[in-house]
Amino acid sequence: MSLSWMAWTWPTAIFFIVIFMLLASMAVWEYARPGGHPRVGILRFETTRGDRLFVSLLGSAFITLAWLGLIGSSLWWALALSVVYAVGVFRYV
Amino acid sequence: MASTRQGAANERDRTLMRGETDTTTVGSASAKSAEVARVMRRRGEQSRFWWLVPTLYIVFLLLPIYWLVNMSFKTNQEILGTFSLWPQNPTLRNYAVIFTDPSWYKGYINSIIYVVMNTVISVAAALPAAYAFSRYRFLGDKHLFFWLLTNRMAPPAVFALPFFQLYSAFGLIDTHIAVALAHCLFNVPLAVWILEGFMSGVPKEIDETAYIDGYSFPRFFVKIFMPLIASGIGVAAFFCFMFSWVELLIARTLTTTDAKPIAAIMTRTVSASGLDWGVLAAAGVLTIIPGALVIYFVRNYIAKGFALGRV
Amino acid sequence: MTKTWNNRAWFMVLPVLLLVAFSAVIPLMTVVNYSVQDTFGNNVFFWAGTEWYQDVLSSDRFWNAMGRNLAFSAIILAIEIPLGIFIALNMPRKGWGVPICLVLMALPLLIPWNVVGTIWQVFGRIDIGLLGRTLAAMGIDYNYVNDPFDAWVTVIVMDVWHWTSLVVLLSYAGLVSIPDAYYQAARIDGASRWAIFRYIQLPKMNRVLLIAVLLRFMDSFMIYTEPFVVTGGGPGNTTTFLSIDLVKLAIGEFNLGEAAAMSIIYFLIILLLSWVFYTVMTNAGSEK
Repeated sequence: MSLSWMAWTWPTAIFFIVIFMLLASMAVWEYARPGGHPRVGILRFETTRGDRLFVSLLGSAFITLAWLGLIGSSLWWALALSVVYAVGVFRYV
Repeated sequence: MASTRQGAANERDRTLMRGETDTTTVGSASAKSAEVARVMRRRGEQSRFWWLVPTLYIVFLLLPIYWLVNMSFKTNQEILGTFSLWPQNPTLRNYAVIFTDPSWYKGYINSIIYVVMNTVISVAAALPAAYAFSRYRFLGDKHLFFWLLTNRMAPPAVFALPFFQLYSAFGLIDTHIAVALAHCLFNVPLAVWILEGFMSGVPKEIDETAYIDGYSFPRFFVKIFMPLIASGIGVAAFFCFMFSWVELLIARTLTTTDAKPIAAIMTRTVSASGLDWGVLAAAGVLTIIPGALVIYFVRNYIAKGFALGRV
Repeated sequence: MTKTWNNRAWFMVLPVLLLVAFSAVIPLMTVVNYSVQDTFGNNVFFWAGTEWYQDVLSSDRFWNAMGRNLAFSAIILAIEIPLGIFIALNMPRKGWGVPICLVLMALPLLIPWNVVGTIWQVFGRIDIGLLGRTLAAMGIDYNYVNDPFDAWVTVIVMDVWHWTSLVVLLSYAGLVSIPDAYYQAARIDGASRWAIFRYIQLPKMNRVLLIAVLLRFMDSFMIYTEPFVVTGGGPGNTTTFLSIDLVKLAIGEFNLGEAAAMSIIYFLIILLLSWVFYTVMTNAGSEK
């Protein structure tokens, strides 16, 4: 059984490794301090750390897509924008 | 007979369990029940034409099905030549074609094999998971639950292509187990969702009492807990059966000849032999029958089941 | 119910996790890998970066399919939800009629999707179908093969026929859970039929209706088999919804990279929508 059909590339591998590292570190954080720090932010419903991470990641995906569709193929600025967005989410949502 | 009484008793128990919030209203209202009965008689319970809406709707549902059944008993000359509301020369030839040709009836056997395999796998895997979700809090439980549900929402078209590559790599293409496993993608989350709803209706005190009485977890689960949620298991199995039975895109992608579902055979064989309308209709009618049988068995739980045990 | 904190519950979830991860995570990672590469078959891939995403996002074909799919979902929700509630309100609550209604109404839900397509394809044909012949006899020019409007009407009526029962059964489940005492109290107060619906029945159906909207929206957003069998996406591209377009792209044109990029965008949209629905659903539930 070979894995060549999965067509791994370094960028996508790094992408998934980063995602898994994020999930793992969230699990460790949650294990160290259970409860997920629930609070009601600007979205008007209770969110925990995990929810905020999900909102950050999903929002970043759409920011990247919008960047690709509207502006251009250089994704570094989109990444920067996503990081700013993620910080905002963790701070205010 | 005994099982009916048992079912009624279970139903009553569950109503009692769920009843905590409603007891106050019921209490105050029952005092006035005599007056209420009088008021209700005067106002009339329901209009006399209540049956009109369901009947019209059911006629709308049954007309296209009737037309298919009608066609399945006609010869091709009659279908294409004359327009008749019922078969003028009823014939069983179309059904005979299906029951004598292995390439046709094997399709039914294939479909039933992978649907049953999928139902067993889905429910067996979902039972402990649903118990965990309904009884315990654990690291990441809510996100896990949501992630499971997103798989129920994912479009099968997105997965069709990588599935073919994945199951080729494992040498599983054109086997029943491949389709059964692939359908787990949307059936396992659904089964977890339904079972979790039913299990949450069983009070936790039952678990605790059983442990105090010295039951081990597996023994408690099989001997006490599973009978309590028997209707939930039935409903979950029904839904797994249903969604595996009706799905075609993935089933067709993963099979070529040996495990080909009837639904895929219908689309190919018919177009190759120059549109044999009668046989097509007969094959269609035969795919409706298993579904109808299964609904009949779960008819008393169907409404609650469609609400995923969450009413 | 208060739940005990127990991380060993993970072991109970493990089988489900492995099963779904095998069928979901691995394929999804593969799709991501395909979406940044180009291939000519035989597992030989070339790095293509974000080209496919830009192609999809700037293609009219994708946005048209998206627009058609959104319009389709909006129309069938607007028809099926009120119709389903209306039928559920008029269903008998007890007696011999209940099982008959439930079994007959659930019937379309258990017909394989391509057979649903076949049923309507046959039913609507102008040469051999009851609907087609009847409409022709009434002097209505109906032909779903050539006329885009007729094709849309056929696909929508088919979906209403196929799925309204789901809404009916869900609403019905919500309605039968209302204790009689509520109605009796309302009658004593002299509440009108509308007031009973607005203040007793609708709030009690809230949760099941959310499930109905969620399921109907998601399933209509990924509809493939039924319209494919009836119209094949035509006439022209007028009934080509997202899934039909995706399968055309991936299997019909073997345009793996673009199909994969489209899959990812499609999946992200579904993910966003299901998250919104799920959040609304769980929060609506916890407020009660």
